[in-house]
Amino acid sequence: MRINPRLVDRWSGWSLNVLTWFAVGILAVIVVIIFVKGIANVDLGFILKYPEDMGRHGGIFPSIIGTLLLVALSLVFATPLGIGTAIFLTEYTKETRFTTILRFGVESLAGIPSIIYGLFGFIFFVIKLDMGWSLISGALTMTIMILPTIIRTAEEAIKSVPRNFRMVSFSLGATRWETTIRVVLPSAAPGILTGIMLSVGRAVGETAAVIFTMGSSLRLPTSLMDSGRTMAVHFYILAREGISMGNAYATALVLVASILGINILAYYIMNRVISRYS
Amino acid sequence: MTALDKIQIRGLKLRIGGNEVLKGIDLGIRRNAVTGFMGPSGSGKSSLISIMNRMIDFEENVEISGDVLINGKSILGRDVNVTSLRRMVGTVFAVPLPLPRSIFENIAYGPLLKGTTDRDELHEIVVESLKKAVLFEEVRDRLHTSGMKLSGGQQQRLCLARTLALKPEIILLDEPCSGLDPISTAKIEEALFELKKEYTIVLVSNNTKQIARATDHAAFFLMGELLESGATSAMFTNPVNQRTSDYIEGKFG
Repeated sequence: MRINPRLVDRWSGWSLNVLTWFAVGILAVIVVIIFVKGIANVDLGFILKYPEDMGRHGGIFPSIIGTLLLVALSLVFATPLGIGTAIFLTEYTKETRFTTILRFGVESLAGIPSIIYGLFGFIFFVIKLDMGWSLISGALTMTIMILPTIIRTAEEAIKSVPRNFRMVSFSLGATRWETTIRVVLPSAAPGILTGIMLSVGRAVGETAAVIFTMGSSLRLPTSLMDSGRTMAVHFYILAREGISMGNAYATALVLVASILGINILAYYIMNRVISRYS
Repeated sequence: MTALDKIQIRGLKLRIGGNEVLKGIDLGIRRNAVTGFMGPSGSGKSSLISIMNRMIDFEENVEISGDVLINGKSILGRDVNVTSLRRMVGTVFAVPLPLPRSIFENIAYGPLLKGTTDRDELHEIVVESLKKAVLFEEVRDRLHTSGMKLSGGQQQRLCLARTLALKPEIILLDEPCSGLDPISTAKIEEALFELKKEYTIVLVSNNTKQIARATDHAAFFLMGELLESGATSAMFTNPVNQRTSDYIEGKFG
């Protein structure tokens, strides 16, 4: 017996709707719980003060700065490297066995658990290169960790730019590099930004690899060689060692809010830039 | 073929991936005239055009023999500066392809790359190019809106203006009206009629009526061979080759 296609269509529409709300719902529940449990402890002092008594009292100012520095520094390294690799793979090489292997390697790297990156960063940057538990060790480790995401998303974004745009540019006397810079990258920018934002999320939320490489000092990092504690690590330690659940949730709230803030800011700037073009 | 020809094609053969696309073409293209390339699809006319501006370089497994000379100089050698060749030989593609930028930026793209950065000078080039492409009156008060918001016919004239901004000597149009309505087509043809005073124009078209209307000379291609070429009026009134006559009358296509 054949099921009525119109009926199937209505059901599928309905059930897809339910699935979507379910997915968004889970996210909303998490945010609400963090908000409800954390809001009591968040005030301006919590954001601007130094922690006291292992974080039982006081604020999380050094952790906020530590997080921002770690993420910013990682992006400074990973973004040019990742976009450069993506440009090379898409614009400057033909599909060969070499690029296939390279791409496979990149994809495999994306699937490695972060603790392995942490271990590598500990052995290589902290010990072998004698950088110690420091901002720079952490940032370099994060760079390696987020690089695959940036490469893959940038590659997809660049590939989705119509071939015709390139042909037009070449026909107007542009070189490959001029075409890449002036036509391909502006069109691929939204997709590339999405990859960078995913990476920011990964770096902001990372704990294991950060503890291994940047350490968990509560002091404010003032140089590349200083150890520091990101918000995620702070949250982990507060909760894991039962120091203060209230402050743990408050930290989580600031963490989530800052990710949201970074995202909104990034897409706002992006829209300002590209709305001129489309 | 005379030395007065702007473009001289000599014994040109082209193979792409083992397929013979052009089987030995000899043709001269006159300066300050519109030369029409006609023939059914797959006859090699677009491939011939893509050799003239070296866009063929982006195809793989291409073998070319014979020669193409522009102003008496070969354009096929390895040492040819492809960038300046493409500035001299402007191209308008079959589909209107504005870049996702403003009308102004679309046209200023080529001159900017050439090194023209002075704002007033660019503005002058943009306006002049738009006028030549018979588009200026329609867009004069919205030069800074997106080129993608124009209609198909306007977009194609924008592409023509963009090519003119390079100050080329030759303009290649690869079936520029294939997706356009008769009014837009007429506007393009109107522009070409004025432009040929200054430029050498090659118009590829599937539409024999357009070839008859808009060109001075015509060349008929079939399966990679040049069957007949000469003055358009002569070819349409008194074709030498039976198959040319059949094609013009629409017996095959």
